[in-house]
Amino acid sequence: MIKHEKDAGSAVESGGRRKVLKVGAAVAGALALGFPAIVRSQSDKIKIGHLTPLTGFLGALGEYATMGIRMAEEEINRAGGVMGRQLDVMSEDSVNPATAATKAQRMLERDGATVLMGEINSASAQTIMQVAARNKRLFMSIGARSDVLRGKNCNKYTFHVDIPVTVMVNAAGQALLRDGLVKGKRVFSLTADYVFGHDLSKAAKNFFAANGATHIGDELVATDVTDFSPYLLKIRQARPDLVATNLAGNQVTNFVKQYAEFGLPYAVAGFNLNTADAWAAGDGNLAGIWPTVWHHELDTPGSKAFVAIFRGKHGKPPENHAWIEYVSLKIMAQAMNAAKSTDTDKLIAYFESQAEFDLLKARKGYFRSWDHQLIQEAYPFTVKPKGQAKDKWDFLQFGAAVPGANQPLEVINPPKEQNSCVF
Amino acid sequence: MQLLFLLEQVVNGLVLGGYYLLIALGLSLIFSVGGVVNLAHGAFYAIGAYVSLEIAKHLGFGAAVVLSPLAVAMLGVLFERYLLRRFYTADPILSLLVTFGLAMVAEQLIRMIWGAAPLPASMPAGFKGQLILGDFMFSRYRLLLLAVVAVVLAGIWLLLHRTSFGRVVRAGIQRPDMVAALGIRLQPYMTTIVMLGVGMAALGGALFAPITVVHPAMGAEIIIVAFVVVVIGGLGSFWGVVLAALLVGVVRGITIHFAPAAGEASMYILMFLVLLFRPRGLLGERIEKFE
Repeated sequence: MIKHEKDAGSAVESGGRRKVLKVGAAVAGALALGFPAIVRSQSDKIKIGHLTPLTGFLGALGEYATMGIRMAEEEINRAGGVMGRQLDVMSEDSVNPATAATKAQRMLERDGATVLMGEINSASAQTIMQVAARNKRLFMSIGARSDVLRGKNCNKYTFHVDIPVTVMVNAAGQALLRDGLVKGKRVFSLTADYVFGHDLSKAAKNFFAANGATHIGDELVATDVTDFSPYLLKIRQARPDLVATNLAGNQVTNFVKQYAEFGLPYAVAGFNLNTADAWAAGDGNLAGIWPTVWHHELDTPGSKAFVAIFRGKHGKPPENHAWIEYVSLKIMAQAMNAAKSTDTDKLIAYFESQAEFDLLKARKGYFRSWDHQLIQEAYPFTVKPKGQAKDKWDFLQFGAAVPGANQPLEVINPPKEQNSCVF
Repeated sequence: MQLLFLLEQVVNGLVLGGYYLLIALGLSLIFSVGGVVNLAHGAFYAIGAYVSLEIAKHLGFGAAVVLSPLAVAMLGVLFERYLLRRFYTADPILSLLVTFGLAMVAEQLIRMIWGAAPLPASMPAGFKGQLILGDFMFSRYRLLLLAVVAVVLAGIWLLLHRTSFGRVVRAGIQRPDMVAALGIRLQPYMTTIVMLGVGMAALGGALFAPITVVHPAMGAEIIIVAFVVVVIGGLGSFWGVVLAALLVGVVRGITIHFAPAAGEASMYILMFLVLLFRPRGLLGERIEKFE
């Protein structure tokens, strides 16, 4: 009995000792081999801090944005990464301008982000731009469209991919001129009450003034407005020839649905409508003329391939924010490969060389060296006549690219004398 | 002319008030009877909208508006039976936290099932368009909506004031201890109240889907307005909520007429003033259990 117990005890003891040894060896082995390997693979990755609104009135667009950048990340990594290193895109909800700045700072300081990318909200892009400048690091502002970001408030660390509001106004404006809705007409506007809306309104007023229209009203609309009925009454009271909206995100969809609900007879146009918001309007509700930076029916081999893969992955066509985030990461990868570095100054020098980038459009784009704006084509769109839509994604009628093939791409952008950007 | 425009805004504000009422009345009833601020109320509104879109795909708009609230009301019964019931006598902060958490879970669930992008929704073409009555323009659909709200309102009022069920509920709001002393259990009544309140929220969701953006956070948008209406109206008061809903609609309309940028702020300013001068709300009663 005693012996037995002693045996059992020693067996347990020796078993325990053996276990300690095993674990010790494993830890030592990991320290010698595995752990440094992990550290090396982590430091080997090129980390990209990606901020975009995933909640709030731009949240739906942010979801598409994330899908787009993820798709580019997978493709680039599958093809061997950038300079043999894998990309690691860290996406977070930017929430609001203050949180966006805090997160951007943390991404650079603590999470080891090499560059910052993303954003849709112009106000949040503005605060991230300040963080980038303070840290002397690159920020690729992808979806923010306010003119002031690449004008008065520009800085040399930020590059702007999406079209500025002046281009949006010019793209839709060409179609409005063609349809005779501008000259001698009375225009009533609704404007989103934040930096983007104010900017859009300014560009729209310049356009209407230059082309012989009179503005008879411009009302500010808070970003959280869901009921437009008091505004619709004011539109009817003013009896304009054209209702031109400078709204954003869910505002546009709410406006479009309720405009159809009240059945107002005046022509509608707007200088901002993302495809996701147009799709959400519902059958028979959308009307008028709108601009876009890209659309899923674009007839180029690049766009067709992109749309096919995206559809296969997500079961729906990509929205313009999915496209723009996709090409943005490709642009960043091309720049890092060409500059053979992730160094901020070298990347800036490469972009400023006005190198060309494939945007899956008919013509390639390039960053203008003096305001860091990507120069590219834009498109107007209207709505297909009733009964012509093949499915719920298909009711938009896209127009030809602006500017036309015989004009330089720059003509729809604000010229240097109208842009106060100085680095 | 200016006065006529202003009057048109007032009338439109009254219609809009009806729109808020459908959500606020249920919130107020659940608060009055159970003493629970149901922060998940907006989630049932959102679920009502999403479920109605699913039903409308197969059975059409009419069936969706009827079936979706019924289905969500059943969900409300489960919600009361297995969750809310545990918190009637607990510290109010617990029920606040639980319903707030539930609202977030519901929003994320919607995001997982239907995606973050808003869903398209439209009404039958026959309801679209305007109706000009005198000098005023109305949306045909909203007048229809107002009629539905009036019917629901009348039904709830009759239930509370003309039935034995209503007598117990009203007594329970005023003196739950006396009701208990009479040997009446309030729990089954509470289940019915939650079912009705949640059903009304879902009806709101189904009816508003064609005229507003159907997206995961739509519940969070409406709960704030509903809460403001309940606070302005006063606790335990049926007509207080009605009055407050109409007032919020009218004040918003008038504000947008003069200062459009301040439209959304107007209801908070109104709430601030009411709380400053009449803390128990416009028609709020003195309720023993809240004092």
